Amino acid sequence: MSDINKKIGFSLKMAFANYGYLFILGFLIIISTILSPVFLTSGNIMNILRQMSITVIIAYGVTMIIISGMIDLSSGSVVALSGVIGTSAFVMTGSPWVGLIVGILVGAGTGLFNGTVITVFNLPPFIVTLAMMTVARGLALLYTGGYPIIDIDAFTTFGKGFFLGIPIPVIIMLLVFVGVVILTKRTRFGRYIFAIGGNEEAAIASGINVKRMKIMVFTLNGALVGLAGVILMSRINSGQPAAGLMYELDAITMAVIGGTSLSGGIGSITGTLVGGLIVGILKNILNLTNVSPYWQQILKGLIILIAVIMDVYTKSMQSSKK
Amino acid sequence: MSYLIETKNITKRFGGLVAVDKMSFGVKEGEVVAVLGDNGAGKSTLIKMISGVYTADGGSVFYNGSEAIIHTPMDALAMGIETIYQDLALAENLNVYSNIFLGREKTKKKFGIFPVLDHEFMYDESTKILNKLDVKIPSLKNNVRTLSGGQRQAVAISRSIYWNAKVLIMDEPTAALGVAQQKQVLDLVNSLKDHGIAIILISHQMRDVFAVADRIIVMRRGMKVGDLIKKETSTEEVVNLIVGSEMVS
Repeated sequence: MSDINKKIGFSLKMAFANYGYLFILGFLIIISTILSPVFLTSGNIMNILRQMSITVIIAYGVTMIIISGMIDLSSGSVVALSGVIGTSAFVMTGSPWVGLIVGILVGAGTGLFNGTVITVFNLPPFIVTLAMMTVARGLALLYTGGYPIIDIDAFTTFGKGFFLGIPIPVIIMLLVFVGVVILTKRTRFGRYIFAIGGNEEAAIASGINVKRMKIMVFTLNGALVGLAGVILMSRINSGQPAAGLMYELDAITMAVIGGTSLSGGIGSITGTLVGGLIVGILKNILNLTNVSPYWQQILKGLIILIAVIMDVYTKSMQSSKK
Repeated sequence: MSYLIETKNITKRFGGLVAVDKMSFGVKEGEVVAVLGDNGAGKSTLIKMISGVYTADGGSVFYNGSEAIIHTPMDALAMGIETIYQDLALAENLNVYSNIFLGREKTKKKFGIFPVLDHEFMYDESTKILNKLDVKIPSLKNNVRTLSGGQRQAVAISRSIYWNAKVLIMDEPTAALGVAQQKQVLDLVNSLKDHGIAIILISHQMRDVFAVADRIIVMRRGMKVGDLIKKETSTEEVVNLIVGSEMVS
């Protein structure tokens, strides 16, 4: 009997270690409902989802990057670069679709560049994407001369539109979610990013083309960042070269809160979506209860710390299991 | 009987350092050849050239009598040259059957176009091969992280047998194992011999080597300094060769 109790206690502990972010989400929803009568209204929920959608799309990409044992610091700047070029493509052609595709391609191009430089010169992703962070921001400012691209009303569907009462960015966030979940869980590509992050040497020895995989992950990540860039410009109704500042860190935060381990090999897209919800709801309830933005920054930092501590805790649980 | 796998004058340099220097040796079907040597003698570099992790700077590898072009691990695997590395054999964050199929996943077509992983097939096939080799693993859906060292080696060996290994290279297979687990692995090696597999064994453990090897090759500073038949040699002679107090042609 005591043995069974021990076993149940142990698996509860394991459940908390592995799905801690779900407990936090549940706790946050309960507290928020108590604190604010507005919180659980459909208008507010849509608002939360729409506000988090752009960063979550970036976070899907960076989750795959982190799972494969790398990091991307350039996404905030690439959001601006792909956003302004996508917007300008729309202005030139008058077609929102051309703008969207050009934005995605610019993002994918920066990802291809990052991945290629990292693998060909065998450089740490931290440094290469740090360089891309300033280069992409510089290019965005250079391209626009530092001025926003305005008068793009027909381009705002991606960011401001609704479909069946649901904001389009939220629909895109959910569609991309389904695609990326299938990709990471059901395909060779997904299996390989986990293998590379778990044991790169074993992946190489198993015949996986690790360099090509890394370039592919970065390119896909770049495409998602490009998509996010177009949605952002569309939502703020202008091509802003200074937009997207610090988005890379918000995206990494969501991934880490959702259980993705910064040392690679562990993580999930579902976790990242939950991480996005946690960040989004937290921001929302702090605004609803009129907490000062200065305090919000401090709290966000503390949440990141807690998430990383949980990550370390989870790992020590797993290694003590063997 | 001629060699199944053979190197002739194979050489590898890292900058100014000659890690393996004009090394020639061969292994026949059903033969276990142990490669011994001190740390840095070039053993690991030697096998990495055969398994495609490194490309040789000189010399060549012969497989079944004809020259083999091995530039990538995939080239070696396609020929039936499988390698079990001491610490880099498995991805610990993946489950047992994913590791057995790592790099060679079975997929099925979803909606006739999208290739998705066939988890069921990989699970069933992995169960079969582990049963065949009498390897006991709690659950194939558990991450390799949760297995013991002996179980991990057994999974790695089963993987190579599943993929029809003709040549099996083992790098320190018993290094991190307890006594009972060492015996399991060595028994497994002996049974593979009966299947006609050519085995190259790298080990520090003299006891293991004398338990399973037919021939012993000793390396020092990248060169072959001894090629001995186990039955005609002794631990003492091998140790002397490793540390270099005596030259034998």
